[in-house]
Order: sequence, then C-alpha cells, then structure tokens
Amino acid sequence: MKNNVLKNILRFVALMFVQIYLFNHINFLGYINPYPYVLFLLVFPFTANRSLYIFIAFLTGLTMDMFGNSGGIHAAACLFLAYLRPLTLRFAFGVSYEYNAIKLSKVSLYGRFVYISILVLTHHLVLFLLEVFNISNILYTLNKTLVTSIFTIILCIVFNILFSRRIE
Amino acid sequence: MQQIINFLIRNKNFLLFAFLLMLSLVFTIQSHSYHRSKFVNSANWFTGGIYGSVSSVQDYFNLKTYNQQLLEENARLRTIVSATKTGNESIDPLTAANSPIPADSTVQYAYNPAKVINNNYAKTDNFITLKGGGSSNIKKDQGVITSQGIVGIIDNTSSSYSTVLSILNSNFTTQVKLKGSEHFGTLKWDGKRPNVVQVIDMQQQAPVTKGDTIETSGKSAIFPKGIPVGVVQDYTLDSSKNFYTLSVKLMNDMTSLGHVYVIENKARVEIEQLENENYEE
Repeated sequence: MKNNVLKNILRFVALMFVQIYLFNHINFLGYINPYPYVLFLLVFPFTANRSLYIFIAFLTGLTMDMFGNSGGIHAAACLFLAYLRPLTLRFAFGVSYEYNAIKLSKVSLYGRFVYISILVLTHHLVLFLLEVFNISNILYTLNKTLVTSIFTIILCIVFNILFSRRIE
Repeated sequence: MQQIINFLIRNKNFLLFAFLLMLSLVFTIQSHSYHRSKFVNSANWFTGGIYGSVSSVQDYFNLKTYNQQLLEENARLRTIVSATKTGNESIDPLTAANSPIPADSTVQYAYNPAKVINNNYAKTDNFITLKGGGSSNIKKDQGVITSQGIVGIIDNTSSSYSTVLSILNSNFTTQVKLKGSEHFGTLKWDGKRPNVVQVIDMQQQAPVTKGDTIETSGKSAIFPKGIPVGVVQDYTLDSSKNFYTLSVKLMNDMTSLGHVYVIENKARVEIEQLENENYEE
C-alpha cells in the first residue's frame, strides 16, 4: 500500500518534470505540443477510490495550469478524463474490469490502444475547446486536437511499454 | 431528508466532478479576461523557482546568441552616441555626477533588465515568466521590450518573479503607428503564426506600403514612442472600406527570448490622474 503511494508520487513528479521541461517546448510544426503527463491519470490504480481519483485529477490539471498560466483548462480536461475513465475501461476491456482483475500491463496491446486513445482524445478535445475559446475557430480546434492526440497517444503507449514490468 | 442524504451519497462522484468542473471553468474564464488570472499563475515562488533553476542551465546553450544580440545593440547605441557627439566635444558634462539638472527629472522612462525563464508561443494565450519582480521595481502594467522590439506587458508580479502578457496573446492590444507618419492603429494577434501579428483600424488615408516599419505610438503610457514592432507584410481594406487591416512581420523573434528590458514610466501616475479627472468631469 505504502509502496504504491510512493510509486504514484514518483511517477507524478517524473511525468510533470518531463512535461514541463521537454514536451511543453517541442512546438513541432509550430503548434504541436504533446501532453504525455495524462499517462499518470491513465495508469493510476484502477481500484482506487473514485472520489479521490477525481480530486487528484483536478490537482494534476491545476499544476499544469500553474506552470502554463492557462487558467483552468488542464484541470477541466483532466476532470473529464477522470470522470469518463470507468466507462472507457468497461468499453475497452469488457467485463473483466468489473472484477478488478486487470492490470494495464497485462492486457492486449489493442485493448490498451483503445483505452488510451479514447481518453486522450476526450482530454485534448476539452483542453483545446477551452484554450481556443472561440467557436468560430472550430476547424482549427479539431485539427489541433486530432494532430496533438496522435502524438500524445504514441508517446503514452511507448512510455507504457518501456516502463511496465515484463509479463512473467 | 433521508432521501436527500441518500441522493447526495449516491451521486457524490458526479457532484464532486461538477463542483470541480465549475471551479476550473471559473479559472478559465478569468484567465480570458485581461488582468484577472490572479489565482493560477506562474509568478509564485514554487513555479518561478523551478523555472529559474532549470533556465540557468539552459542559458549556457544560448550564450552565443545573447552575446550576438548584445553586440548588435552596443553597435547601434555607439552609432547614436557618435552621431550626437560633434567633433571633439566630450559627453562628460552630461553625466549624472556633474550635471546641473538632477537625472530623474529629465528621464521619463527607466529600463530594468530581467531574464526570461519561461516562454510560450504555441498557444492562443501565451504568457512569459520573468525572473525579477516587485523587489527590482517591476510592477503591473509596465511594458516589456528587447533590443529588437516589443514583447508584452507585465501581468502579475510577486516579489522576485513576474508574468508577462505576451503580444502573442488574444487579450493583448496596444496602439501602434507607421514610422514617419502619425497614422495609428491597434495591434492584435489572430492566434495563428508566432511571427506575424495584425494591425486593425488603421485609417484608410494612411500611406501604407509593403515593407513599411510599424512602431509604438507612445499614446498608452506603457510603451514610449518609437519602439519598433515589425514590418508590413500585407494589407487589405476591411469590409466598410474605411480602415486597413495590416499583417505585420515581427522584428523580434518571439520564439527565442533571453534577456528583456522592463520599462518604468515615471510620469505614469501623473498622466493617469490627469486622464481620470477628465473622465469625471
């Protein structure tokens, strides 16, 4: 239990650090900055108390907003991600999720891909809708959401594979 | 009563979600109105301290560029000095120590140097974080420039850090004019490319041509007159056929900022007082 808490704190600090110092300054093609920090929320233990999880998601987003001077856009996006996670888990992994029997490192790559893609797309859509804050630029928003999501999804899957323990 | 409590317990996750969502939307909306991002910003000891420590390492990689910029600025200032100096006349009598006029009575603008420790340009509303705040005389609503052109306006300050509302921010506006004439317009950014900004509401009589220089108009008490902004790239008449909309290529490379100057206008309080009196009448 204690070990688990420590592991999550370490993961939070590490991902935030990498996000703020590396991925916030990529500016690929002038406007693409992937947000792999959401991986922290994606791999957060599935068995955790749901209220606690929503609150932690809010704090995670708020930390990003503080560093980026962006008001509350990351906080709102992370909240949507956290609230929709149980639904997505059921959709991507079927009934086995109900028995809390799964671990992200033990499911098929396809299931992992579906799970990560849905949540990242939701997160980025909310994020960029709030960031652009202008409905007349909707095409620009959708374009940015799609392109950034692709990079975030790739990074999340790569990190997930690199840092998850081998299946014995 | 029992039912209400049951309802609350059953839906506690949704209620928590809704409450926190409202809170983050309030922060978001505040951040979209000028000078309201008071609660969540990077001018505090925690984020500022982290940005500062890492930027001190990153600086080493940019030393060459900074040196180049300083050399260019020195060269330009030397040209100005040698142009004002005529013949063998030295500029000694004008230095502060032996001048009959106290220095601060003639100088309206003071320039404080500050270091950029975080810079954004890929978002719609970009902010820059500076090392240097209230303790080095940097206050809200002061202008920020580099040796090449304007950068933004101070938005929030703490004792040793401050955030800058960058010109690459949809809330930024300032008055600019054509170099060589007094026709003015309003500078805004459309949120698309980080090296091109827009000037709207420029009078149709203004003699605009491609390649003209745009500079600050000095009408706002934030920026002094004549600070370069950029070069006219393209211009169109708006639908009413009365005003030009110009797209201006910035002289400053907003994607690589190292050291900046913060402008303190010493006459600011006086000017604002006078203007407020006029409003009241």
